[in-house]
Amino acid sequence: MKYASQAVAKPYFAFAMLLFVGQIVFGLILGTQYIIGDFLFPEIPFNVARMVHTNLLIVWLLFAFMGATYYLVPEESQTELWSPKLGYALFWIFAVAGVLTILGYLLVPYARLAELTGNDLLPTMGREFLEQPTVTKIGIALVVAGFILNILMTVLKGRKTVVNMVLVTGLIGLAVFWMFSFYNPKSLVLDKYFWWWVVHLWVEGVWELILGAILAFILIKTTGVDREVVEKWLYLIIAMALISGILGTGHHYFFIGAPSYWLWIGSIFSAIEPLPFFLMVLFALSMLRQRRREHPNKAAVTWAVGCTIMAFLGAGVWGFLHTLAPVNYYTHGTQLTAAHGHLAFFGAYAMIGMAIISYAWPKLHGRECNSPQAQRMEIWSCWVMSLSMLAITLLLTWAGWIQIELQRLPGDAGAIGYMQTQDAIMHVYWMRLAAGVAFAVGLGMYLYSFLVARNTREEAPALMTAA
Amino acid sequence: MNSPEYSLTDLSPPQTARIPGDLAMWCFILAELLAFLLLLGSMAFARGHWEQMFSAGIATLHPEAGLINTLILLSGSYFAARGVRLSAQGQPRALGRGFSLAALCGLGYVAIKLSEYALLFGAGYNLRTDTFYFFYFFTTFFHMAHVLIGMVILLVVARRYRTGQYPNADKARMAGESAASYWHMVDLVWLVLFPLLYVLP
Repeated sequence: MKYASQAVAKPYFAFAMLLFVGQIVFGLILGTQYIIGDFLFPEIPFNVARMVHTNLLIVWLLFAFMGATYYLVPEESQTELWSPKLGYALFWIFAVAGVLTILGYLLVPYARLAELTGNDLLPTMGREFLEQPTVTKIGIALVVAGFILNILMTVLKGRKTVVNMVLVTGLIGLAVFWMFSFYNPKSLVLDKYFWWWVVHLWVEGVWELILGAILAFILIKTTGVDREVVEKWLYLIIAMALISGILGTGHHYFFIGAPSYWLWIGSIFSAIEPLPFFLMVLFALSMLRQRRREHPNKAAVTWAVGCTIMAFLGAGVWGFLHTLAPVNYYTHGTQLTAAHGHLAFFGAYAMIGMAIISYAWPKLHGRECNSPQAQRMEIWSCWVMSLSMLAITLLLTWAGWIQIELQRLPGDAGAIGYMQTQDAIMHVYWMRLAAGVAFAVGLGMYLYSFLVARNTREEAPALMTAA
Repeated sequence: MNSPEYSLTDLSPPQTARIPGDLAMWCFILAELLAFLLLLGSMAFARGHWEQMFSAGIATLHPEAGLINTLILLSGSYFAARGVRLSAQGQPRALGRGFSLAALCGLGYVAIKLSEYALLFGAGYNLRTDTFYFFYFFTTFFHMAHVLIGMVILLVVARRYRTGQYPNADKARMAGESAASYWHMVDLVWLVLFPLLYVLP
């Protein structure tokens, strides 16, 4: 750790991991509920578990992004953070608000939660992924605004780098598009139309800038390749991400009541969306080939390279599978979408989160990297999580295919109903649950590696103080 | 094997092939061309499907405006290329002049394109009229956005060149060639779009 204020990242990383555990617990509950419909009913109904599972994902990723930013911006800017106090204060505000919101979901019926939080004053609740009470949404906006102020002030007083610029652009984009969560028109078509401005333009737009910047930072640090080379790759990747991603929003406008020209725009531009992810794979591999040093933190490199490959598979390949309008006509809203969502979120965002934590956590504790034993455990956990997530993806693709075959492809007379189709998928859901348990084991191994690291800290190289 | 073209006494080093501009810019150009290729491929597909709709739509366009715009963009490319060449031959001020003239051509292009849009909107056509007008408005608008990006690139490079912000001559030459290459790409796309949209019956 070069700057004392980088330590602000610590609580963010730790809390992100805690929420990640919560997300996986609810994932397992959901996987079980697909098979045993009334499992944990009425305490935790399916819709509540799903809401908690997805909301925890979004919030832990936000914590990981914030932690990553607090860690890398001072180092890139070569200056202390503008206000570490603000960083810590925002952490507590965000953490408390997040926990209260999740408790609200679990302890109070959703309609009652809406009443209690004054949703009728500015109704924004009741929409997928944006279920948070309006006060929480306002809280998130304020926390993000304070966070960006802190980062901007730091960047302005220090060295300007492309990594910082791309990261800050991504963060500002994140804040700007969040504003659309407050827009809740009466027309369902308009509602969905602008809902995607948060959901799609986050994960397939500005978040890709954040991902690219964090990836570039880790690769600069671990490979020692010239900044100039890394920056060119980064420019190319983000340009492609924005060209394809912004108009690629169109692939969500199929069959929802938006003008039919979106069938063309969505199909054409989202067909290019795999390209920036493919470039990221090339970027990571080419940086490794040109590396000028053997960084002792093999685990962080494994996460970073793994992230690009899994993101390409999940976001690129699995996205492309069902993005063309004539295909999507049959696959819209099947388990194929869930397959894509799982691998894309895990590959692109969960893995980059774990990559930066893996790189930064030892440094935040005065070591260059973890001991070989701890790293071995961590690399194993990376493989277990990646392979089990790949298994979940393949199984959900299979489930999706059964839905398409039984429910979508046959004409009205031949098609069978939704619940009948679910019965036909049941054996796949069992296997998916098993893969989910394997993923949880992988996460357990990952967390255990921190314990191993702590117990074997004398065997880890101390932090080199020279820049 | 004694070919008259080869002289045994010529000891000058062989010419090595070199891509003008930055390789990263060429990757970007290829990616842009891929986007246009998909767009044009879809348009060709739609045209095969709705031949009459496309013929009727094309008849409402303004080919003279398209022709003038083609000439304007070609002139722009000429100025940009001339700027790069003269600056390489020891006239550093030529680059800024050439790029500014090219950007001015871009401005002319945009003005004419916007007036074409105004005429068509006035006649009641828009993005939602039918598939032909979607492709016409969307593809040309997407292209016009690239003209604007190209203009910005040219002007930024010209300014940095003039104010000596490049660390050395090699970097300056690279930037100039990259900007001109991008501009040629914009020009090239129009040269494909123009006959497809305005001329082909």
